[in-house]
Amino acid sequence: MILILEQLLNGLQLGVTLFLMSAGLTLVFGIMQVINLAHGSFYMIGAYVGATVAAQTGSFVLGLLAALPAAGLAGMAVEVLIFRRLYDRDHLDQVLATFGLIMFFNEMTRIIWGRQPLFMDVPVFLSGSVELLPGLIYPVFRLAVIAVGLAVALFLWLMFAKTRVGMQIRAGAANRTMVAALGVNIRLLYTWVFGLGALLAGLAGVMAGPILAVESGMGESILILTFVVIVIGGIGSVRGALAGALLVGLVDTLGRAFLPGIFRLIFNSAQADAAAASLASMSIYILMAAILVWKPRGLFPAHT
Amino acid sequence: MGQRTSRLALALVFLLAAAQAWAAEPVKIGMVTTLSTKAGYLGEDIRDGFKLAIDQEGGKLGGIAVDLMVEDDGRKPGKGKQIAERFMKKNKVKILTGIVFSNVAMAVVPKVVREDVVYLSANAAPSKLAGSGCHENYFSVSYQNDNIDEVVGQYVTETGHKSVYLLAPNYPAGKDHLAGFKRYYKGRIAGEVYTKLGQSDYAAEIAALRAARPSAVFFFLPGGMGINFLKQYAQAGLSKQIPVYGPAFSFDERILKAVGAAALGVRNGSQWTHDLDNPANAQFVAAYKKAYDRMPTLYASQGYDTARLIGSALKSIKGDLTDMAAFKAAVKAAEFDSVRGNFSFGVNQHPIQDLYIREVIRSGDGFTNKTVKKVFSNHVDAYAGKCRM
Repeated sequence: MILILEQLLNGLQLGVTLFLMSAGLTLVFGIMQVINLAHGSFYMIGAYVGATVAAQTGSFVLGLLAALPAAGLAGMAVEVLIFRRLYDRDHLDQVLATFGLIMFFNEMTRIIWGRQPLFMDVPVFLSGSVELLPGLIYPVFRLAVIAVGLAVALFLWLMFAKTRVGMQIRAGAANRTMVAALGVNIRLLYTWVFGLGALLAGLAGVMAGPILAVESGMGESILILTFVVIVIGGIGSVRGALAGALLVGLVDTLGRAFLPGIFRLIFNSAQADAAAASLASMSIYILMAAILVWKPRGLFPAHT
Repeated sequence: MGQRTSRLALALVFLLAAAQAWAAEPVKIGMVTTLSTKAGYLGEDIRDGFKLAIDQEGGKLGGIAVDLMVEDDGRKPGKGKQIAERFMKKNKVKILTGIVFSNVAMAVVPKVVREDVVYLSANAAPSKLAGSGCHENYFSVSYQNDNIDEVVGQYVTETGHKSVYLLAPNYPAGKDHLAGFKRYYKGRIAGEVYTKLGQSDYAAEIAALRAARPSAVFFFLPGGMGINFLKQYAQAGLSKQIPVYGPAFSFDERILKAVGAAALGVRNGSQWTHDLDNPANAQFVAAYKKAYDRMPTLYASQGYDTARLIGSALKSIKGDLTDMAAFKAAVKAAEFDSVRGNFSFGVNQHPIQDLYIREVIRSGDGFTNKTVKKVFSNHVDAYAGKCRM
């Protein structure tokens, strides 16, 4: 029982990290209709800048505060310099261009920071574990990640529901031609959305830094999960991103945690282990296929 | 002088000149290693250790001039094969070395040894090439892959841990390394978990581990995977409760720099540590630190030993590689001062050597390993019996 609760928390933590990544990506895909494979690079930039500043100043918070604008500015620079030329192009061209960006950013981090992974410490006020229930010991930092993710979800909801900019973004996701025709400065809006998405990815990166190794190419594995999330949640919808992220985080974690055990009960052989391990890594893709069969446009698609 | 005599004299002069040029031609050594990707530092260390031996003799090994050619295989078996072929066909290289990863070795070595070229492994030594796949042209100077896990299995048994939880990625090397541990560990296996190759977050596995309550944990998670696991394990508060063991591959100085204090106190198995007390090692560590401004890892020691072994063989055949059989015999005799101290070749041309357990300690403003105990003396690998040479 305690184990299930702990794994649920793990799933929630992964889900929240995926939400931070996918919120930006789904908006970019939905509003600007651009496939951005380099989204994982903003995650990586956030982690690298955060790790470097934290190491220099000794303060995690300063690292965090430095990483956010760094990722956001990188995002806006990429939008102005590269994406403006890609809006009218074919999706394949966008894939090729952003794939090139991935390699560019990976090599850039290797040139600036070297090939070795960077070391990022959990801040002292968030270190150690806490006993939530008798027997349920959970690291404080991971609880902090969950808290930050939920706070961002709340902030995004407030922004979309209550502010003018949020309304323009929602309208842009629904029908961008009409929004442009209504006189909104669509170019500035795009840059802003892109920067926001990159900033959220950078936040995910700097929060992941103390848990995972900060290294060149760290954005790729989470990017794949992120794409699965936005396809499940529905392109262009932040609500869909939240639902999809939590679903994917839970299924992936619980699958990895419990499938091998279940298999061993049923099959009772060495082959069960290999089969279970493979099935566990496939579980989120099976989930995606199942959801697409049921709802081809995702759980909460934004209307276009 | 008559015409015949002068022609004879001319021919003699040319012959002498040719023989002179040919004898002075440096011996070519081809190094195929991994210099790029995240694991690039492994190949860099092997190369730097090898080069140190050459530089110490002023461009020579064993008094014979050598020409070291280094190429990056990018961890790709196909590319490694291409480079080896080019070395053999275009540069007429007779001695190859350097491969870091076993999957690249399995693609390159069987091909190379069939072409009457000698391959000396400075790292990868998969079981398939140690048993029935052994060949008289293939030597491993580092170890046989399983050795490093076997020594940990033995030590964990000796320390009295009743149950151990195992963790490795789901690929052939992962399964091999756990098999090596299980070969010498006599207690109960509390769990054997195969994670996804390249996985970064081990929260789920750590939670399951905690629920299984083993007395110790043994893992094989090379590179970034090991860094992530160790950091998360420490954050989950388990470092003090359930001791962690692993092979040296997850505890070299560069990985320790990234993991930091989370690895302190972890005991790991290796055939070499920088504090091994013998004159060859002392001068190696000092020279390496002076030349490259960093502490050598075990990969550097392997590169250095391979170079010195080649040097000892070249010296005994006076640099004349026309008789490869004599060269191979000289290599097998292993008459050189290994930085590991005790060293000789077994029937399958893999090392018979001592194996140690070492512990991660603080050192200056970094981390390194300290030898704790010699667990195996003159250890023979498990596949020697299957080799029919």
